Amino acid sequence: MVFGILDARTLGLVGGVLLLLGAASIVVQVLRRRTDLGLDPGIIENLHRRVRAWLILFSGLAVAFIIGKTATVVLFGLIAFWALREFITLTPTRPGDHRTLFWVFFLITPLQFVLVGMGWYELFSVLIPVYAFLLIPARIAISGDYKRFLERTAKIQCGLLICVYCLSHAPALLVLRQGGNPAAATASGDTTGAAEAAGKTAATGTAEAASADAKPAGPLVDIESDTYRNTRLLFFFVLMVQLSDVAQYLWAQVPSKHLIAPSISAARTWEGLLGGTISAMLVGGALWWATPFHGVWWWMAAVMSGVISLMGFAGGITMSAIKRDRGVKDYGTLIEGHGGVLDRIDSLCFAAPVFFHCTRMWLGN
Amino acid sequence: MDTNLARHTLALLARFFSGASVRWVDSQPDTCQRVYFANHTSHLDAIVIWSSLPQEVRMITRPVAAKDYWTAGAVRRYIATRLFNAILIDRTEIKVHQSPVDIMIREIGQQYSIIVFPEGGRATGINPEVGEFKSGLYYLCKKRPDLELIPVYIDNMNRILPRGEVLPVPLLSRVTFGPPMWLEKGEAKTDFLERARQAVRKLKETD
Repeated sequence: MVFGILDARTLGLVGGVLLLLGAASIVVQVLRRRTDLGLDPGIIENLHRRVRAWLILFSGLAVAFIIGKTATVVLFGLIAFWALREFITLTPTRPGDHRTLFWVFFLITPLQFVLVGMGWYELFSVLIPVYAFLLIPARIAISGDYKRFLERTAKIQCGLLICVYCLSHAPALLVLRQGGNPAAATASGDTTGAAEAAGKTAATGTAEAASADAKPAGPLVDIESDTYRNTRLLFFFVLMVQLSDVAQYLWAQVPSKHLIAPSISAARTWEGLLGGTISAMLVGGALWWATPFHGVWWWMAAVMSGVISLMGFAGGITMSAIKRDRGVKDYGTLIEGHGGVLDRIDSLCFAAPVFFHCTRMWLGN
Repeated sequence: MDTNLARHTLALLARFFSGASVRWVDSQPDTCQRVYFANHTSHLDAIVIWSSLPQEVRMITRPVAAKDYWTAGAVRRYIATRLFNAILIDRTEIKVHQSPVDIMIREIGQQYSIIVFPEGGRATGINPEVGEFKSGLYYLCKKRPDLELIPVYIDNMNRILPRGEVLPVPLLSRVTFGPPMWLEKGEAKTDFLERARQAVRKLKETD
């Protein structure tokens, strides 16, 4: 049973998560009404916002998975576009930056995701940190406004790097080639959108044949094609980012609080970081079956979850610092009614490239 | 294309590209005859206010716009005359018996509301201040004291499409509608214009 780029196992995982979220949203709704339990309303409100955002995120992801790989890349592209929109809105720019920003939004951002969709790793890994980073200062200089030049350049570069470049490494997981299985890799690279239904049986067939022929080493290579494993990997990644995020938040509520950077965030404590990371490792380890890190490498799912948790923390505290400097608590509230996409994806942005590179190093060829 | 469909499409596109969030502060959308008066920083201001209104209000609201800009080229002309149903004012020849205020009063009749920018031109700079209001708003109210005046503050549009730029950058903006006001009996022109200007400025601070 397959839907889009979901096979039965991923489908079970996605469905299970959506069911759990549905149940969680009911529980949170009930807790919101029950004021007699003496629970901290701030925590309940925070959980309520998270659960609502997760429902949107995971349903969107599920729909995109069902449509196909291209739809999933486009979904992440739109999220990146929106996050960059929020980032630049709250960053003071000058009229001289206008045309630079136009190129950043309408050329570089879409191009990055097109390259990711094509699986052109050599180019998408340097497009922004090399070419866009050279284009930005040059274009600002041509506009003739030199006031606070380096500062303006750095702000636009920073926004582009975090919102677009880093986040694009999440859908890039879909085009990852794994485990010394070139036939499967080629098949999955070509499997997109409408061609998928037709190509599916063929792809699995080739993969099976190839892996039987090549006798690949180690337990990492399955007969299933890379496409389905990559989808599950992406889902595992997004899930672990969100879980470690909320685990850190909940662990930070324990009574003994050692703040990491009191001037930046009153919510990030060493207890939260350690407790959250260990919890994430346990949950991630328990989900080893959902990842390509199974077989003898089962502990790797736990290690990767730990990495995700640490990077998610780094993303959160970096964004908090930026927000502190700009004098806003959440990216969403100044520009109301937009939900604050950036608030929800900061940890995703930081964890994505690291997770991508670790996976590529250990599983790729 | 069907004009109504084209209107909805334009409104949706405008909402998406301007990323406008809409707030009504001590104020409600209404289909009574109104004058929406706003600060002016971008050519898109009229579209953004127009698209921020609920559909039934939008249908009876006409922006007042400069004829020379909105009749240059077939696309602008189509948008201004067919979709917006804009009241176009010729800035170059203002005749004695065809003053902009007279044209507006004639065009709105007993049905339409209008969107005006009393500063006259677009403010410039990084953080533009709401400029002095031209007297047209006063004469309009003098002749039609029954019109409800709604102050509107548009935030961040000057960064989305600044003066002199053709291509917009899709940042987020905010449109704030304020409480209605009227011209008081015997209120002096300068007092009224200053009061109206302050009503717009005040909306900038509300959070």
